[in-house]
Amino acid sequence: MPRLPHLLGIEGLSPETISGLLDLSENYIDQNRSLDKRRDLLSGRTVINLFFENSTRTRTSFEVAAKRLGADVINMDVATSSVRKGETLLDTAMTLNAMRPDAIVVRHSESGAVNLLSQKVNCTVINAGDGQHEHPTQALLDALTIRRRRGSLEGLLVAICGDVMHSRVARSNIHLLLIMGARVRVVGPPTLMPTDVDRMGVEVHYNMRTGLKDVDIVMMLRLQTERMQGSFVPSISEYFRFFGLDHEKLKVAKPDALIMHPGPMNRGVEIDSEVADDLDRSVIHEQVEIGVAVRMACLEALIGDRRNTIGAAA
Amino acid sequence: MSAPAATRGHILRGVAPHAGSTAYINARIVDPTADSEYAGAILISDGKIADFGPNLFASGAPYGIASVDCRGLFLAPGLVDARVHTGEPGEEHKETLESAGIAASVGGITSMVLLPDNEPPFDDASLIEFVARRARQIKLANMYAYGALTVGLEGKELAEIGLMAEAGAVAFTDADHAVGNAQVMRRALYYAKGFDALIVHLPQEPTLSGGNMTSGIMATRLGLSGNPPLAEVMMVERDIRLVEMTGGRMHLAKISTAESVRVIAAAKARGLRITCDTAPPYFALNDLAVGDYRTFGKLVPPLRAEADRAAVVEGLRTGVIDAIVSDHRPQDQDSKRVPFAQAEPGGIGLETLLPVSLELVHNGHLSLPQLFQRLSSAPARLLGLPGGKLAKGAPADLVLFDANYAWRIDRPDFWSKTKNSPFDERPVQGQVMATIVGGRTIYRHAEFAPVAEGA
Repeated sequence: MPRLPHLLGIEGLSPETISGLLDLSENYIDQNRSLDKRRDLLSGRTVINLFFENSTRTRTSFEVAAKRLGADVINMDVATSSVRKGETLLDTAMTLNAMRPDAIVVRHSESGAVNLLSQKVNCTVINAGDGQHEHPTQALLDALTIRRRRGSLEGLLVAICGDVMHSRVARSNIHLLLIMGARVRVVGPPTLMPTDVDRMGVEVHYNMRTGLKDVDIVMMLRLQTERMQGSFVPSISEYFRFFGLDHEKLKVAKPDALIMHPGPMNRGVEIDSEVADDLDRSVIHEQVEIGVAVRMACLEALIGDRRNTIGAAA
Repeated sequence: MSAPAATRGHILRGVAPHAGSTAYINARIVDPTADSEYAGAILISDGKIADFGPNLFASGAPYGIASVDCRGLFLAPGLVDARVHTGEPGEEHKETLESAGIAASVGGITSMVLLPDNEPPFDDASLIEFVARRARQIKLANMYAYGALTVGLEGKELAEIGLMAEAGAVAFTDADHAVGNAQVMRRALYYAKGFDALIVHLPQEPTLSGGNMTSGIMATRLGLSGNPPLAEVMMVERDIRLVEMTGGRMHLAKISTAESVRVIAAAKARGLRITCDTAPPYFALNDLAVGDYRTFGKLVPPLRAEADRAAVVEGLRTGVIDAIVSDHRPQDQDSKRVPFAQAEPGGIGLETLLPVSLELVHNGHLSLPQLFQRLSSAPARLLGLPGGKLAKGAPADLVLFDANYAWRIDRPDFWSKTKNSPFDERPVQGQVMATIVGGRTIYRHAEFAPVAEGA
C-alpha cells in the first residue's frame, strides 16, 4: 500500500488501510487490559503532543498510547502559553522539527492548520483535530467500537446528531462510515447543518423522529457553549426539547441501537443522563478505552518498525 | 530594483522620449474601438499616435523615420487596469508604487488606477496628489487614483468627493469594503451626481460575507466558513434600485456569480447607468483552487463554483461585463503562510492579466479586439482616461505581444515584490514583448530586440 507519511484525515484513505489500522488496534485492547501494558515497540522514538487548543482527554489518550509503546513523550500545551495565533504556528513547528521528533501530534483551532504544518516539517504529523475539518483518530476509535459490537460496519445505518456544521468529528465519521459501506444520516436543526452536506453522500434530517428511525447507531455531537444561546439555536432548553437524546426520542431507533458520544458531554443539552449512563445502550466509556488502543496502532503504523505494512494485503 | 533570477526582459526608464517620429511596421494591429484586427503600422510622433492603419507604410517606412519591425506580432492599445492595490503608502514591504509600476510595465499595462485602501486611506485630496507626484518621478505606467467614497472607508460619512475630483481622483470607491448602509450609498450616489462622478462598488452584503470561501461542498469538506454566493446579487439588486432612484452612475466591481450577471444584464437593458468588471480569477479559476487550503486562492470575493465561473465567461462574451481588472493585491509570506482562516485575502495580477485573459481568445470566447475592449478601451472610457484606444492624437500607449508564446507562470519570476499569485504554476499562452507609454518604450522582452530604435 502507499506509505502513510502522516495521518491528517480520513478522507482519501482506502478501506484496506482503515481495516488494517482497526485490526492492529484490536491487539492493543487486550494488552491494555493485562497487567503488563507496556511493549517497547517505539523505544527510542520521540513523540511531541503539540496542542494549540485545550484538550485534556485527547492529549492524555495520545500520551498514554505513546508511553505504553515505550516512546518518549513531550507535551506542549501552546494554548496556555503566551504564543500568539497564526504567525507562530510554523515557527513553533520548525523549532520542534529541529529537535528531531519522530512524530508530532497536533491539535489546532483552525481548519487546515495541521496540513500546513505537515508541509513544513520532516517528521510524521498526526492530526488530533483541526478546526472544523477532521479528527481522524476519533473516527477510527468510533469505528472500532462499532465493529467490536456489530462485527462489521457494512450496511449499518448510523445517525450523527447535533452540531454537524462545527464538528470535525462528524466530518471524519461521515468519511469513514461511507468508505466502509455504512449508511449515514445527519440530524439537527438547519442552522447547524453545513451547506451541501448531502453532497457528501449522507441523508439530511431536521428532526429526531425521522432521523433516528430504525438506526443501528446514534452518534451524538457536543454543542459548543458559545453556540447555544441565540445565534444558532434559541436556547438550551429548546435545543434539548427537540434535539437532546432521551429515551423517548430513542424509541424509534432499533431496540439494540448503540449510543455514542465523543465527549465531553453536556448532560441535559445534547444528551439526557439516563441515556448516557444506560449500560445496555451507551458505549461512551468503551470509546475512551478503545481510543488509547487506536492511537497506539496509529503510532505504530506511522513510526514503528512495521510502518508501511498496514493494509499491505490489499 | 534588481531583476528576478530568470530575467525575461528589461525595464527602460532613463530613456528620453524619442524626439521625432517612430514607425511600428509589420504589426498585427488590434483596434478595439473599430472592432478590427489587421496587418498594418502605427506612426508615433511626439508621444502621440500620428497615424495608423492597414495601408500605412505598406512598402516600408520612409527614409528618415526611425522604424521598429514588429515581425508580425500584435500591437494593441496598452492595458488600462482599473483595480490595483500597492503597499505605498503604509505597507511598502509588500509593494511600492515603483515596484508596481515595473510589474505593470512587464504586464503590458500602460495605465493603472490605484485603490484607496492604503494606510492612510486616500480620503483626502493630498493623497491623490501624492500618487500623481510619485508617478511623475517613477516614469513608467500612467498612475491614477480613486478617492475613498467614505471617510476612512468606514461606510459612514461621505469623503470629500468634490475636492478629490478636483485633485484628479478618477472615481470613488471604498475598495474591497462594501457599503452596507443603503442610506449612505443613496446619498453618495446623489452627491456624486452633482460632480458627474462615478462610484465603484464591490457588491457584497456584509452581514453574509464574513466567511473564508464560497459556501458549498468544498467549504463543507474543508471545514471552512462559507459566504453564500447570493450575498453578491443581493447587493447588486440593492445598488440597481439606488441607481434607479438617484439617477446616479455606478460601476460594480469584481462580478463573480451567474445571478449577478443575469441581474446586471436586465438593468442595462432598462437603460440604467450601470457597468461592471470582473478579474481573471473569476473567469479562469473556481473554488477547487483552494483545495488543500491554498491561501493564494483566498480572494475577495471568494472563488466560486464552476457554474458561476462559466457564467462570468459568458458575461464577458456578451459584453454584460464591460471590463477586466487585475485586482492586484500583494501579500507577503507572513500574511499567507498561516492557516487559511487567518490568511489575508488577495492575489497579485499585474503580470498575469494579459496572458490569463488571452485564454478567452484561445478558447474561442472572445476575439482579440473584443478582449482589448474589456482590457483597454472600456475601462479607459468608463473612467475618462486618455489611453486605451487607437486614435490620431491619442497618447501612444501601446502593448506589443506574442499571442502564442507558451510559458509557465512561476513564482520566482515575478517582478512584483510579493509572489502571491493564484495562477502560480499555470501554463499560459501569450507574452508581452514591449510596452510603450507616451511613445516611450518602458519595457522590452529579452527576445525582442529591435534592430533600429531611437534609444
